[in-house]
Amino acid sequence: MNQVLQTANGTGAQTVWTALVQVWLKPSVFDPQGRAVEEALHTLGYAAAAQVRVGKCMQLQVRAAREEEAADLVRQMCDQVLCNPVMETYTFTLRAKADGAEDAP
Amino acid sequence: MKWAVIEFPGSNCDRDAVQAIAAVTGDVVDLVWHQEAALDPYDAIVLPGGFSYGDYLRCGAIARFSPALAGVRAAAAAGKLVLGICNGFQILTESGLLPGALLRNRQLQFRCEVAELEVVQPDSPFTALYQPGEVIRIPIAHGEGRYYAPPATLDELEQGGRVAFRYARDVNGSERRIAGVLNPRGNVLGLMPHPERAVFDWMGSIDGVRLFQSMRAFWQRQSVAAVSASGGSGQRGLG
Repeated sequence: MNQVLQTANGTGAQTVWTALVQVWLKPSVFDPQGRAVEEALHTLGYAAAAQVRVGKCMQLQVRAAREEEAADLVRQMCDQVLCNPVMETYTFTLRAKADGAEDAP
Repeated sequence: MKWAVIEFPGSNCDRDAVQAIAAVTGDVVDLVWHQEAALDPYDAIVLPGGFSYGDYLRCGAIARFSPALAGVRAAAAAGKLVLGICNGFQILTESGLLPGALLRNRQLQFRCEVAELEVVQPDSPFTALYQPGEVIRIPIAHGEGRYYAPPATLDELEQGGRVAFRYARDVNGSERRIAGVLNPRGNVLGLMPHPERAVFDWMGSIDGVRLFQSMRAFWQRQSVAAVSASGGSGQRGLG
């Protein structure tokens, strides 16, 4: 993970973090899309292709002073909305916005 | 009896539901926009089929945050009848009012046909007018109707008599061919098939009629019980 480029130092300054969220059907859940894509790859001659799964990728920005805070926010969003824990799992990465902490309002 | 059919942006079976229910029950059926959270005046609430919010993110995932769902939760908690048809079923699972989830059909096909359903639980507010084990014909029309729940949940549903309907043959890859499930109290039903599309002879089947009439009969029994009983609530779940 990148470093926060400007530290908050208790002033309330916040960093903009870019989160990249990946959502997958649980390994135990059959993925018919993945199967269809795998069969298409085989038809094209890519016999080496196996275990194809089709997931979702979402990108969003969050403002938070610290990375842990940003991670907590994204985790809450995943648990409540972005992912349905009945049949899906998720992973995400966070990246501090490269040009610094402040976006002009 | 007063019915509400909730209309979300992207619902497309809402008017069918209104007309079918009014025709087979003779009751007042209101089309209620999803921004309405106060559903107290209604005895039964129907979440219709369609593609609420364009099925964005997941089917039913966004509709679950509509104000009307607060009213639906309150109605369910009060023991009123809540029926989710197709997309309505998806909304009920997304909102946690029913267990499980509805996934892309196993064959990757949108299935649009008349399906044969076995009435697995004939002793519920929604199915009381069907015979045990009766096979009924109700249209299906969905691309994402494959019922999924972890094995422990499926066992719990079967043991608790909460599988209301089962497909007579596999149409979409649903676990244990489940087509419709009930909540533990038995007052919330979700099903992928469309009973509102099987209420007139010209539709090819009238097997959907008794589902709405069962709901009405349940409401009547409850009303009578509420009047005559002093302490008893007159509410009746499964079994």
